[in-house]
Amino acid sequence: MSATRTRRTRSKETIDDYLLSEHQLEEMYYHMLLARRLNERMLAMNRQGRAPFVIAGAGQEAAQVGAAMALRKGVDYVAPYYRDLGVNLVLGMTAREAMLNLLGKRDDPNGHGKQMPAHWGHRERTVVTQSSVVTTQFLHATGIALAAKLRKDPIVVLTSCGEGSTSKGDFHEALNFSAVHKLPVIFFVENNGYAITESTEKSLPVENVADRARGYGIQSAVVDGMDCVAVYQTVRPSVDQARNGGGPYLIEARCYRLWPHSSDDDDTRYRPKKELEEWIKKDPLTLFRARVETDGIFPKEDLDEIEQRVAEEVRDAAQWAMMQPDPEPEDALTFVYKELD
Amino acid sequence: MAMMTVVEAVRSTLDEEMARDDRIFLLGEDVEAGGVFRATDGLHAKYGERVIDSPLAESSIIGISIGAAHYGLRPVAEIQFADFIHSGFDQLCSEASRWSYRTNGDSFLPMVVRAPWGGGVHGGQHHSQSIEAYYAHMPGIKVVAPAFPADFRSLLKAAIADPNPVLFLEHKRIYRLIKQEMEGAPAETQLSKARVTRKGSDLTIFAYGFMLHESLGAAETLSGEGIDCTVVDLLTLNPLDKETILESAKATGKVLIVHEDTLTGGLGGEIAAIIAEHAFEYLDAPIRRLAGPDVPSMPYHHAMEEFFMPNREKIAAAARELAAY
Repeated sequence: MSATRTRRTRSKETIDDYLLSEHQLEEMYYHMLLARRLNERMLAMNRQGRAPFVIAGAGQEAAQVGAAMALRKGVDYVAPYYRDLGVNLVLGMTAREAMLNLLGKRDDPNGHGKQMPAHWGHRERTVVTQSSVVTTQFLHATGIALAAKLRKDPIVVLTSCGEGSTSKGDFHEALNFSAVHKLPVIFFVENNGYAITESTEKSLPVENVADRARGYGIQSAVVDGMDCVAVYQTVRPSVDQARNGGGPYLIEARCYRLWPHSSDDDDTRYRPKKELEEWIKKDPLTLFRARVETDGIFPKEDLDEIEQRVAEEVRDAAQWAMMQPDPEPEDALTFVYKELD
Repeated sequence: MAMMTVVEAVRSTLDEEMARDDRIFLLGEDVEAGGVFRATDGLHAKYGERVIDSPLAESSIIGISIGAAHYGLRPVAEIQFADFIHSGFDQLCSEASRWSYRTNGDSFLPMVVRAPWGGGVHGGQHHSQSIEAYYAHMPGIKVVAPAFPADFRSLLKAAIADPNPVLFLEHKRIYRLIKQEMEGAPAETQLSKARVTRKGSDLTIFAYGFMLHESLGAAETLSGEGIDCTVVDLLTLNPLDKETILESAKATGKVLIVHEDTLTGGLGGEIAAIIAEHAFEYLDAPIRRLAGPDVPSMPYHHAMEEFFMPNREKIAAAARELAAY
């Protein structure tokens, strides 16, 4: 990474060892913005009848981008969940690939038209293939970490989920096993306030998801998930600690699902309007932009330039992806079993 | 090679494979102490951290094996009793089975899940069950259930070498009941191949696991009565060896399918359907199934347990009726 001059950010959680370069700050903003604009275009394509289904991460971009930037690309493994477009963009997914994925195109590297949109997976980028069943990936992450420990490979595995998923058995089995074996896993919970229609108090009898970690002797932290810098500065030390044999860590990023659950959901049925309005004021993109402008890190023109670049990239990706080949119907029969070469 | 029981064949094969390939590791409840059936006896002392006791949480045993296999290791997981595997159903059927499918073969899972199964051991409802049909229904998983020590050895090796998830079923009743001289014994080395274990012209009995031995016993009895049976050891239950099934069905014209799993939705239905679809003109009698009765599970008391289980007498009786048709 071509670090230029570094400067202290004004995040409350600033940790002196984890300052970000301007280059990294720009990368942060670019990926958050790209995730949001892609999701907006995807929803528009859904409304135009071009895409059957969209499930997005609006409101969670800061959490996703901040966490992913704390990892070593292509070395550390990630077992994400469906809202993690931002994570995947940081790890190398292109806007064009994101659009192939939306449309279930043949060449979508995630699911090849066999998976619903937003079901990620890319072996070379060390992103683990995922299903729609929530929290199963926590155990896959634990298994990867166990394997790496057996092979003495200094890698870290980050796995993520929403707060709703933390009620499932696999969540608890993964925390338990990883703590017993002191495995290098970061459990990253994006607490966005809702599991479809259910607000957190319906599934969480404790104040924080992070409180659940205590029962397993796992260190945990709660971080403002709308603040990308704060997320990075919380995840990064936990990643370094895990890499050095410090064991698992649970981080709860408090963010907010700004959109309905999916393109098929009407959130006005269950979400108080006032609550949404309050959270819109904390939109991670608005906050980030305001801060870097106020701090004088980037002039307004630079930020506008990034905005234009992203808009062009999204436009190109959508148009390009629509022209790409669909799978053949008979492709439904392929790769049921892996054949040995 | 010497005489070996089934459990000795499993243990010695795990030992041999672990010595050959240091990517192989064992994960399961009590495996460090050798396991409740002693199938991993001595392996922890020999291989140390590659034999790992798991907490009592079956979903984690399978889910963690998935992660480790994805990373490139060769997990051989043990579910202590097949009856307890269902809390890992999601990990096997929603995840492991589709790893290759949903990535177009880019990712795949060379993993084995071993599970002692079956009844006749006074195990009651939750230490006696036949669980194969649930998993044999799932494309993407291979399900293997051998009957002879030599096949346990060769097919466990094949399962470990396979790049797909394999559920390897070890019938508890035959762990120490069946012994075999390993030298020169027939041993299937490929998954998805059935074997004609005994050849006769009057009818074919299809079976697997403990029931294969009971079927061979019945065939022996019947040969004294002038009824010659072919007995096919299915060996792999998913994918089934349709070719061998159809060849035998066509050659004898009469078919008896035996399993101790309950009747409805059991593998017998699938085998019968394959034969009915593709060998209808060759049949000289209706296809007959002999299976456990449609009750939730095997009851504990020995009188009810014996009533539940098919055995060589019941198989012989069903075969006699079929031969006379």
